[in-house]
Amino acid sequence: MAQYEKILLNNMEQPGYTGSLPDYERAGGYQALRTVLKDMQPDQVIEVVKKSGLRGRGGAGFPTGVKWGFIPKDHPGPIYLCCNADESEPGTFKDRQLMERDPHQMLEGMAITCFAIGAQTSYIYIRGEFRLGAKILERAIQEASTAGYLGDNVLGSGLTINIFVHQGAGAYICGEETALLESLEGKRGLPRFKPPFPATHGLYQKPTVVNNVETMANIPHIINRGGEWFASIGSPPKSCGTRVFCLSGHVKRPGNYEVPMGIPFRELIYDLGGGMRSDKPLKAFIPGGASAPFLTPEHLDVKMDFESVALAGSMLGSGGVTVMEEGTNMVWATLRLTEFFYHESCGKCTPCREGTSWLVQTLQRIWGKRGRPEDIGVLEELCGNIAGRTVCAFGEALVGPILSTIKHWRHEYEALIQEAQGTRPAGKELLVFTH
Amino acid sequence: MIFDTLQQQVEEILARYPVKRSAILPLLNMAQEQEGYVSESAMREIAKILDLTPPQVFETVTFYTMFHLKPIGKFHLQVCKSLMCALVGSDDVVGWIQKKLGIATGQTTPDNTFTLSVVECLGSCGTGPMMQVNDDYYEQLSEEKVGRILDDLKRDGICSLKTGPFMYPQPLAK
Repeated sequence: MAQYEKILLNNMEQPGYTGSLPDYERAGGYQALRTVLKDMQPDQVIEVVKKSGLRGRGGAGFPTGVKWGFIPKDHPGPIYLCCNADESEPGTFKDRQLMERDPHQMLEGMAITCFAIGAQTSYIYIRGEFRLGAKILERAIQEASTAGYLGDNVLGSGLTINIFVHQGAGAYICGEETALLESLEGKRGLPRFKPPFPATHGLYQKPTVVNNVETMANIPHIINRGGEWFASIGSPPKSCGTRVFCLSGHVKRPGNYEVPMGIPFRELIYDLGGGMRSDKPLKAFIPGGASAPFLTPEHLDVKMDFESVALAGSMLGSGGVTVMEEGTNMVWATLRLTEFFYHESCGKCTPCREGTSWLVQTLQRIWGKRGRPEDIGVLEELCGNIAGRTVCAFGEALVGPILSTIKHWRHEYEALIQEAQGTRPAGKELLVFTH
Repeated sequence: MIFDTLQQQVEEILARYPVKRSAILPLLNMAQEQEGYVSESAMREIAKILDLTPPQVFETVTFYTMFHLKPIGKFHLQVCKSLMCALVGSDDVVGWIQKKLGIATGQTTPDNTFTLSVVECLGSCGTGPMMQVNDDYYEQLSEEKVGRILDDLKRDGICSLKTGPFMYPQPLAK
């Protein structure tokens, strides 16, 4: 089996590593922050990150350095950094490990980012359920402040960098960057219209950068080892660096695996993950979190980078890979996912709020063997009326998986509907919608 | 008045934000920690602290699923039912709990010890099936494990099977 150098998980996998400040310092921690404060200008930091090709690890994959570059120059401030730790995409559990096991790695990345964009105040928006992660981060911020890495006059530079932990309270949509900002402002987490973008009108209408935990964790390494080094890993030029892929479902060894982008799914699932948990073969897999359209065994040799997965008709998203074995009913799987989206739709846009409810009812009807011959068409029409008609990307995200299972496993929908026809009572059926 | 004895913490929280309203989720979390749910009087108090109207607090509370507007049991069992956990048996977990406690989903045991909920993804997909009990995660559940967790919590108020800090798979010993 090929061995790959780990960047983000390297420290935490060393025996005895606790993630404390002394441990992190012994592993070379906070050297990058020293370098940046001593020898670099903010623009130079942004240049290095641009050169590295680092793209956001939260799901959308936007180039990080470019995002930082959108912050207006010479803005009187304040400018804010928000670290998106609202990890809620089903299938994704990497940020939890990065926060709980090596909190200083992301804090150092945040401090460097604050320097680069000129932010003095930064918030970590962590999902409310991650109580342990929040406690660990708060303790780490304390440690770092006492040691002079955060707070007023960071390492004698005269700069102020404060980081605060802000806990959410259970809402998937708050991982959407503008909903996150609304929530951080103390409101219902409803996504905002874009433009204007957060880079100019973000938190409290001030310039704001929102970056994912894993993105932040990469920053110190890029500073220490250079943009060119990072850009040489993975599938340059578009998918540089490693990713922490989250493997779940019917595999022998699920968990977090850090590998260079561009290895085939087969290698992650069969070599690292040990293959299928039973003798049943692989039937389907989700390549990048619940919002990514399903792929089939034919796609096992697709490379795990942004472009290759997009070419295969799906997306690398948040890096959550979920494997399903033969025997898993795809209508059932689609229903489970759609129930999630129904539950998490924020309610702002009618197509999504009402559409998710109709989708769940239609899928329940088919799965419950009460489906009608026209129901596949109903699903497709609903999807068509949601995608592209909502304020945020949630609408597109939820229809992708549904349309993909209809495309690849239409016969499973048809079989259930066929079964229903035999048992359908004669005469007119009264249509009752329950909420 | 629940915040009377928490003045210092409230001040610390308010100092983090340039706009008071941002402190609403932290204060609501504090209120729920104190009382086990978010009471009407707590919402009124928070409105006063943040210079908001009570409806502004209420409209925010109702958006977030982690806030309870009514008291619940001492231990809130939240079983993840999203697809990734469902693939590895989360429906069984719900069944085991229902059988052992004799309650349906959404119900509380008569002694107010346990409330059972099924929830959407808790970010623990590689170690499912799993549940969160109050602040703690319990992962890779089996029927025997669930039984022990419920027994321990009822008897001792804590259970050593809780997990974290999270790392999975564990690195192989070198």
